[in-house]
Amino acid sequence: MALNYEQLVAKYDPVLGLEVHVELNTESKMFCSCSTTFGAQPNTQTCPVCLALPGALPVVNEKAIESTIKIGLALNCSIAPYSRFARKNYFYPDMPKNFQISQYDEPICFDGYVDVEIDTDEGPQQFRIEVERVHMEEDTGKSLHVGGATGRIHGADYSLLDYNRAGIPLVEIVTKIVPGTGKYAPEVAKAYVAELRDILRGLGVSDVKMEQGSLRCDANVSLMLKGATELGTRSETKNVNSLRSVERAIRGEMLRHAEILETGGKVKQETRHFQEDTGLTRSGRSKEQAEDYRYFPDPDLVPVTPAASWIEELRATLPERPSIRRKRLQEQWAVPDKEFAAMVNADVLDIVEATVLLGADPTKARTWWLGEISRIANDQGVDIKELSITPSDVAELISLVASGDLTDKLARQVVEGVVAGEGKPSEVVAKRGIKVVNDDGALMAAIEKVCAEQAETAEKVRAGHLPAAGALIGAVMKETKGQADAARVRELLLGHLGQ
Amino acid sequence: MIFKNAADMAQALAAQEVSSVELTQAHLDRIAAVDGDVKAFLHVDQQGALAQAAAVDADRASGKAMSPLAGVPLALKDVLAQKGVPTTAGSKILQGWKPPYDSTVVSKLKDAGVVILGKTNMDEFAMGSSTENSGYGPTFNPWDLTRTPGGSSGGSAAAVSAFEAPLAIGSDTGGSIRQPAALTGIVGVRPTYGAVSRYGLIAYSSSLDQAGPFGRTVLDTAMLHEIMAGYDAHDATSINAPVPAVVAAAKSGNVKGMKIGVIKQLQGEGYQKGVQTRFTESLELLASLGAEIVEVDCPSFEFALAAYYLIAPSECSSNLARFDAMRYGLRTGDVDGASAEAVMAATRDAGFGREVKRRIILGTYALSSGYYDAYYGSAQKIRTLIIEDYAKAFTKADVLVSPTAPTTAYKIGEKVDDPMAMYLGDVATIPVNLAGICGMSLPAGLAEEDNLPVGFQIMAPAMQDQRLYQAGAALEAALSSQWGGNLITKAPALTGGK
Repeated sequence: MALNYEQLVAKYDPVLGLEVHVELNTESKMFCSCSTTFGAQPNTQTCPVCLALPGALPVVNEKAIESTIKIGLALNCSIAPYSRFARKNYFYPDMPKNFQISQYDEPICFDGYVDVEIDTDEGPQQFRIEVERVHMEEDTGKSLHVGGATGRIHGADYSLLDYNRAGIPLVEIVTKIVPGTGKYAPEVAKAYVAELRDILRGLGVSDVKMEQGSLRCDANVSLMLKGATELGTRSETKNVNSLRSVERAIRGEMLRHAEILETGGKVKQETRHFQEDTGLTRSGRSKEQAEDYRYFPDPDLVPVTPAASWIEELRATLPERPSIRRKRLQEQWAVPDKEFAAMVNADVLDIVEATVLLGADPTKARTWWLGEISRIANDQGVDIKELSITPSDVAELISLVASGDLTDKLARQVVEGVVAGEGKPSEVVAKRGIKVVNDDGALMAAIEKVCAEQAETAEKVRAGHLPAAGALIGAVMKETKGQADAARVRELLLGHLGQ
Repeated sequence: MIFKNAADMAQALAAQEVSSVELTQAHLDRIAAVDGDVKAFLHVDQQGALAQAAAVDADRASGKAMSPLAGVPLALKDVLAQKGVPTTAGSKILQGWKPPYDSTVVSKLKDAGVVILGKTNMDEFAMGSSTENSGYGPTFNPWDLTRTPGGSSGGSAAAVSAFEAPLAIGSDTGGSIRQPAALTGIVGVRPTYGAVSRYGLIAYSSSLDQAGPFGRTVLDTAMLHEIMAGYDAHDATSINAPVPAVVAAAKSGNVKGMKIGVIKQLQGEGYQKGVQTRFTESLELLASLGAEIVEVDCPSFEFALAAYYLIAPSECSSNLARFDAMRYGLRTGDVDGASAEAVMAATRDAGFGREVKRRIILGTYALSSGYYDAYYGSAQKIRTLIIEDYAKAFTKADVLVSPTAPTTAYKIGEKVDDPMAMYLGDVATIPVNLAGICGMSLPAGLAEEDNLPVGFQIMAPAMQDQRLYQAGAALEAALSSQWGGNLITKAPALTGGK
């Protein structure tokens, strides 16, 4: 009898282990000067070094070391004064040297932690995820297996290899085992990856785009009976390419393990692949017989020995931690939880903050970016940051509305103009001849005209039925081509009708 | 002209008494005449060499400032990548491969106007001490064509010894420059590890490999050394420091007051009598020139051979993994339905020779989990002890000396089926590689029992390469005046043409 999730967590404790691979956004590869731009024609970003031609030698990209140290510091790690690169030996066609340069028993960063907060039944609760190590390595090339049923190398008719990715700098962040998350294991894992993503984005060291593979998560899951002291057998799920998938994959693996255990079976130690469409995992290669990678220090490279003073310099450049910054901004701007979460999810926190720093009202700045401008970005199918409108444009817009030079409605037209590349808000206003009709005489003429046309409605208002005024105001606004201030129209109209 | 020293050729070129094209053609003619017997070359780049020579002549005619060796021809060990020229490292697995890039050494040679005649034979991937492990057949010793020239840089040494080239470049991982220099009666230097860029040097054992010069005199060798050496950002292990003034040292050649340490462990038992005799005479000669001879003790050297034959195979098992038929070189077994794995296996089986396979298997084993500490780990500890022994010895002496090899040149086929006997020939050269220091072999005369050349080895601390040349030049001058010229002039004339 299979257990449902509630029954599962009542009987078992899940234990997690998360390995996150991050592609650094350095301009050149880890060990050569080839470009790292995503999406180039296959095999155009290669050289003797990353193709492993005979005689070619690797040289470490200093920028990658700098980025890795920053990551280590941001994750509260110790930085090793001496660490080495090792060779991980195994044959695979997409790995040109048939060994991967990685770090083995001497990682550059070790012993850190990340605190994450999630909502629980008892309110917000904090979990500490301990980081075992952060180390550098190089990415492999990409294989495309053509033909065959599975898209895997076995059974394929032929394979295409693209070495553009071979040698892209990767940082691997490995947690210690994470016990004690209970039924919240999937949420904690998701929150951890989200927090990592935010930290890395804040550091500016990676694009952290899960869908492009610049941030990839492998999730290790095992179950142990409550009160047991020995860990259960774990499975390692690869290919988890979104935050939602992290949560789904872990939940799915917990359920799969429980079903095996409940029917008297044994969980196999193996690699599994997450399938986005079904939310299930399928078996990959078995890890029962551990592969022997014959690690040894790479004799082509020298040890990494960052000076203590350099590490301190890098520490001083670290930005505020994203979780702390979020708390601070939410307090300063007095934003309710739900609205703040919307801003975070839409990834507009940075631009809203930039707009506020230019003097705009936080609520108005948030409303513009999250509302009208997000809508335009959405319609155009682009990222909001790709639009040509800037925080300073929005700040200007907000101040034009505040001073009464624009109405909200007119301001939307101005936004359209700015996005269309017509210039700054003041320039758009000038070019399009947009202005609020402030002339009471002109407004009164329009009001009189409308009241004459809709005499019946005007009578209702005159008789004290105020909601009917809306239709008249709308008509006046239409008459003045939207350039009037609706509040002033209302005032004049009601006065005109003796209210 | 071809029997002159490189320094004299350089002078004649500078004085425009001879053109580089003439000099290059003379060497190409010599190669055509004798290389059928010697088989020093795997590939002669006649067209490229003459074009390079013509360019040097044109530059000189236009009054450009020329590098000291501009226009002088050279033979290049096939282990160094040269753009567009077949480069095989003596292996069938790279047959037909033409590198799309120049190794740093080749770039430096080209910049200096040194004319590259062609690529010389070698033990496959530099694994061997006799050049018999080449995938393309052995090279023969110009002193006695039934004998090996040593190895792995046997082709380069034989080319210089047979006057096919005045200069050559080899690589030395466990003695592969010094031992063939000794066996062919010429000068060979393994520079300090990191002094010459390894970029483009096809790796055998990365932590031990180092390219270096061959010449018929100490000065010639120094002139080439100065051109090849220097910092290179493409090699992470390259030393960022000025090249020691080796040419000046070779010119001044003086051992007065120099302390010369004889290594207790590298003499006596196991050394051929004639080798020991010539070594002792050279020591006496050095003493007579004002050097102070002291004995030094390096107890860990006893384990050097064992450490070497764990470290080098370990590194090579990984370095040679890239030869997998996927991107270049040989590809066999690529029949319908064959998996990538099967093609890799078939290619490596067909492309690698026995010695290469032996060392890959040895190294794979030594790095395996459960064996790593006992083998690779222990070997690294011995390496540390050897470094410490040297450090201690160099507090007592400015340079250390020993015979270069325990024997003179042996017969082709004599040791090829007995790897241990072959490995023992490297006993005196290997400690230098393990410690990353520099060493020279220069001719000490002929052994009386077989009339074959004996090598005298000089070792100096890292980046003190000039000491090799200073001591070597002094000994060479004293020996030459006894002999009435270079030892090489005593070599049997090769009339050639089989």
